[in-house]
Amino acid sequence: MKRTILAALAALTIAGAAQADTIKIGVIGPFSGPFALQGKNFKAGIDAYMALNGSKVGDDDIEVIYRDVPQPDPAQSKALAQELVVKEGVQYLAGFYFTPDAMAVTPLLEQANVPLVIMNAATSAIVTKSPLVVRTSFTLWQTSTPIAKVARDAGVSKVISVVSDYGPGVDAENAFKKGFEAVGGQIVEAIRMPLATNDFSPIMQRVKDSGAEGVFAFLPSGPTTLGFVKSFNENGLKGAGIKFFAPGDLTQESDLPALGEAALGIQTTFHYAVSHDSPENKAFVEAAGKAIGNPAELSFPSVGAYDGMHVIYKMIEATGGEQDAQKAVDAVKGLSWTSPRGPVSIDPESRHITQNIYLREVAKAEDGTYYNKEIATFEKQGDPGLGALK
Amino acid sequence: MQTVFSIAVDALAYGMVLFVISIGLSATMGLMRVVNLAHGAFAMIGGYIASYAARDLGLGYGVAVLLAIFGTIVIAVPIERLLYRRIYGASELTQVLMTIGITFCIIGIANYVFGPTLKTVPLPPSLQGSVDLGFRSIATHRIFAILCGLTVAAALWYLIERTGFGVKLRAAVDNAAMAAALGVRTQIVYAVSFAVAVGLAALGGVVGAELLPVEPYYALRYMVTFLVVVSVGGAGSIPGALIACLLLGGIDTAGRYLVPEFGEFFFYLAVIAIVCVFPRGLAGRTGS
Repeated sequence: MKRTILAALAALTIAGAAQADTIKIGVIGPFSGPFALQGKNFKAGIDAYMALNGSKVGDDDIEVIYRDVPQPDPAQSKALAQELVVKEGVQYLAGFYFTPDAMAVTPLLEQANVPLVIMNAATSAIVTKSPLVVRTSFTLWQTSTPIAKVARDAGVSKVISVVSDYGPGVDAENAFKKGFEAVGGQIVEAIRMPLATNDFSPIMQRVKDSGAEGVFAFLPSGPTTLGFVKSFNENGLKGAGIKFFAPGDLTQESDLPALGEAALGIQTTFHYAVSHDSPENKAFVEAAGKAIGNPAELSFPSVGAYDGMHVIYKMIEATGGEQDAQKAVDAVKGLSWTSPRGPVSIDPESRHITQNIYLREVAKAEDGTYYNKEIATFEKQGDPGLGALK
Repeated sequence: MQTVFSIAVDALAYGMVLFVISIGLSATMGLMRVVNLAHGAFAMIGGYIASYAARDLGLGYGVAVLLAIFGTIVIAVPIERLLYRRIYGASELTQVLMTIGITFCIIGIANYVFGPTLKTVPLPPSLQGSVDLGFRSIATHRIFAILCGLTVAAALWYLIERTGFGVKLRAAVDNAAMAAALGVRTQIVYAVSFAVAVGLAALGGVVGAELLPVEPYYALRYMVTFLVVVSVGGAGSIPGALIACLLLGGIDTAGRYLVPEFGEFFFYLAVIAIVCVFPRGLAGRTGS
């Protein structure tokens, strides 16, 4: 009898100790500065997931610690990741809006025994830098390849490509070029413009002079997008019947109120539209809209963060709260679930997310607001960019 | 030939938008000797007010522009009295530190009040659409911007060169102590010139909103361009600023049309060349 009581007591103490565990997740992203909106979206996605699924996995409490890297800054990103691992003792690293910031952290993972879940950074190569990286966002190759087929199906055979001259812009250009030439199209000219361009009229004049029937464009979402789209209309390109193709960064939901009428009818391909029609997305938009304060500010990084949290919760479940990075990553290889964006899975080979890419068109809702209306689906798209790396 | 005309039209429009925003900065730097890095922030405040008035309150474009100009002045005058008055005649480093601090405060407040998203100023129907010039079409609001630039240039020139106020201003700038001894109330002259400069910034912020959309980081994003215009034109000179804007607008536009791969290479190459040949800017005064 005495022994049983002792054993029970011992079990209780152990259970008590396990109950007191707090598992920390370190999230690095731009929470202040020009890209603060994207950081806010990370936080909204994470808060929404924890509001819907609780802040506990098993007996362990989950605590999220945020660190701010306002602009691409690999050195600062690495220093903060180190601080999170050493001082705060985080078991998981997540977030990362910019590719260079994520790249800088990959060499730390093995030694720190910490998996890295990327919630945005969209260059294909990141997942190859360490076996402990999992990505729940998208790559430009993934979102730009399907639009090439859309362009060809619309009867366009000559396209001029116009992209911002930086990593993702070049990725988008290559992805579109490869996809478009594969279906028999021709790129008549490829323009790379400086990131700091404000006045796009000269570019539009070149588009006109090139004799292309369509233009493929990529610019980072934000102020330049607005100038570009307006310029496209004002210089009479829209009127001349030149078609506009782009990945969804150009018409992200938080820019749509400003783009307004000018963006109407633009077709883009992307992995997520806030308007996506599914019960999962409805619940997500409601929770994330509440978390962000102003639902009009909600855009794609929030869903990357939401699914990132899902992956981390599954990792914690699989390891029972013990710190074992490899086991955690192995546990989510091939994991599939229904995300707010639709059915997704983690490709066991690349650890990148396989997802539907949607063709959307900017449309006007009954209440006068603008939204991305999904009109076609490209199912189960992997990342063609990884093949291009080899 | 058509290409040349086409570039010229774009360059004129872009240059004029730059001119309207930068001329206020040129005045504060040249006439009042204050390196006002918060100039872009005042242009941004103008843009926000106009956007709020036209979009959220549904007022007309003209009313929104006037509200933006006077609203920005109302915000700026207390800042002048409390903060700027302390740095007149101070070393440039002090001025830079103070005004960049003000800029960051304004960015923070704008971000908090209006949020980080882009804001536009809806145009009236008469400024929407485009005008056919025969060889190409140009947006109507760009023609409006060109007209604004020309009007501002003429009005400022008249104010400084032909009115009693202009005489007092130039006197106060050249020798404040002597001007004050002769009965010029220099503090009022400074306050009024500051208000005019800020009002011009606000006007530029609104007129240029189609090209440079309003968002919290507007205040810093375009500051380098504005400073370049002032240093190339020569601080305080209206013709200088006008020539600088047209020249830089032309080089930038031509470069972007012909060789976009080079980015802003030609723009800054031209700036370096001009500043080497004319260290005080194209129309800068020699000595003081």
